Amino acid sequence: MEKILVCIKRVIDYNVKIRVKPDESGVVTEGVKMSINPFDEIALEEALRIKESGNASEVIIVSIGPDDSQQQLRTGLAMGADRAILIKHDEEIEPLTVAKALNEIVEQEQPGLIMMGKQAIDDDCSQTGQILAELCSIPQATFVSQVSIEGDKATVVREIDQGLETLEVDLPAIITTDLRLNEPRYVKLPDIMKAKKKVLDVIESSEMKTDFTSTIEVINVSPPPPRESGVMVEDVNELFSALKEKGLVS
Amino acid sequence: MSKVLIIADHFDGQLLSSTSKAVNCGSQISEDLDVLVLEKGTEITAQAAAIDSVKNVLSVNNESFEHPISSIMAPVVAEIANDYDYIFLPSTTFGRDLAPRISAILDVNQVTDIMSVEGPRTFKRPIYAGNAIQTIKISDGQKILATVRTASFKELGSSNNANVIDTSMPSVEIPSHTRYGGVQSEKTERPDLQVASIVISGGRGVGSAENFELLYQLADKLGASVGASRAAVDAGFVPNDMQVGQTGKIIAPDLYFALGISGAIQHIAGIKDAGTIVAVNKDADAPIFEIADIGIVADLFEFIPELISKLD
Repeated sequence: MEKILVCIKRVIDYNVKIRVKPDESGVVTEGVKMSINPFDEIALEEALRIKESGNASEVIIVSIGPDDSQQQLRTGLAMGADRAILIKHDEEIEPLTVAKALNEIVEQEQPGLIMMGKQAIDDDCSQTGQILAELCSIPQATFVSQVSIEGDKATVVREIDQGLETLEVDLPAIITTDLRLNEPRYVKLPDIMKAKKKVLDVIESSEMKTDFTSTIEVINVSPPPPRESGVMVEDVNELFSALKEKGLVS
Repeated sequence: MSKVLIIADHFDGQLLSSTSKAVNCGSQISEDLDVLVLEKGTEITAQAAAIDSVKNVLSVNNESFEHPISSIMAPVVAEIANDYDYIFLPSTTFGRDLAPRISAILDVNQVTDIMSVEGPRTFKRPIYAGNAIQTIKISDGQKILATVRTASFKELGSSNNANVIDTSMPSVEIPSHTRYGGVQSEKTERPDLQVASIVISGGRGVGSAENFELLYQLADKLGASVGASRAAVDAGFVPNDMQVGQTGKIIAPDLYFALGISGAIQHIAGIKDAGTIVAVNKDADAPIFEIADIGIVADLFEFIPELISKLD
């Protein structure tokens, strides 16, 4: 295939312990480390491996978000993507809107394969890939932990609740990636330098056909209810009595 | 009255408990609640009709539904959903795979992981792996499409005899671009992770696939199900369907044992709703102790045999 399109999202780094804002309007992002959504990073790694195995000639990365998302796109270019596109939009938008905007890029670029993470670790929606697949009328393979490309088909293994499911899909298709698919490469300094010269196109969301208005209103964001603090016991006998007291063992 | 449609989740001839939990969530919105079963045959339909609070079971019996392929099911659901105000699916891998395709066809935003119903159009849902809770409101004048977080809703009783409506396959285009190649599944006699009232999970500290035998022995003493942390699955001790956590199964047993699990936030996200959490770890500083109700610093290979003999 000629092109693989990989969709990446800028999110709070997965190692950061998030904090809810005192006014409950969202979570604190000021001064917090941001990264590529780890599931998307795995998607990009897989796309690069497909290209390196000779099954694709170009890897394009696309993101939707504020101007700062250019940092994550530069990281993706340093990993080895050939060029990047940023759809610049400052407000939070729902997956349906994201997928519609991505669909405009798909129509333009005509990729043979589209990849992204199975979910973003901020809103945990797990929708964009599937919506985009339906908008494009193409197959989807979600939660994927193994991919092999043979000509105009892909065979994938999906991690589902009941075990490992195998699917064969015609290309073009959308693959959303799970954690066990691969381990993304580390970026080396010379690659960061090279990435600065690669093309990064910025499109304003207002220039697109997609309507970016939201129909879901976030009323508030609150911390989860705390669990009551627990007790430490010394041995199995004490544990057994504690469980008995709660009526959990007889 | 608002009309609610629940899409049945089933596997290998069995209706899954996640369906009943989604019905529970839907029944908090309206009594006018139907379940849609897409299957080849009628055995799931019969099981769905037994779920309490269900008014009608719409049964579409068709070859195309021999295996659950979302690109085939989505246009069928979207067509039938025309008569409904709410369309709910369980937030299992089945529901998460299918719901967004319906969102695309109906052109409505989808809500992922409803954890509570706050009003007819207002819901709570977890974000950041459950480290924050969002309250959201859906604009008037559009259908509400959502997945239901199964750990937040109890399974309903099964003494109903709902009306079964044989529904003909709507005339929609059935794509042939996706072919099913089977599921590799571990057969176990133990209760399902999502249903079990006691779950025993092992982490990296268990050390090997062989050592998991000890956990199975303990589980069998307690009638428990066995789960694992991501580290234990990554290390190849157990298969992926046993993984508990943000990217595995999110569960709410009455009693949860975390054995040799350090307690990464991604794991804790999967067990937050457990009744009582017991943590056993050699490392007194393991983060799992921060959320455990009962903690014990111990060597697993002394602790487990001792507990087993205590249960004899």
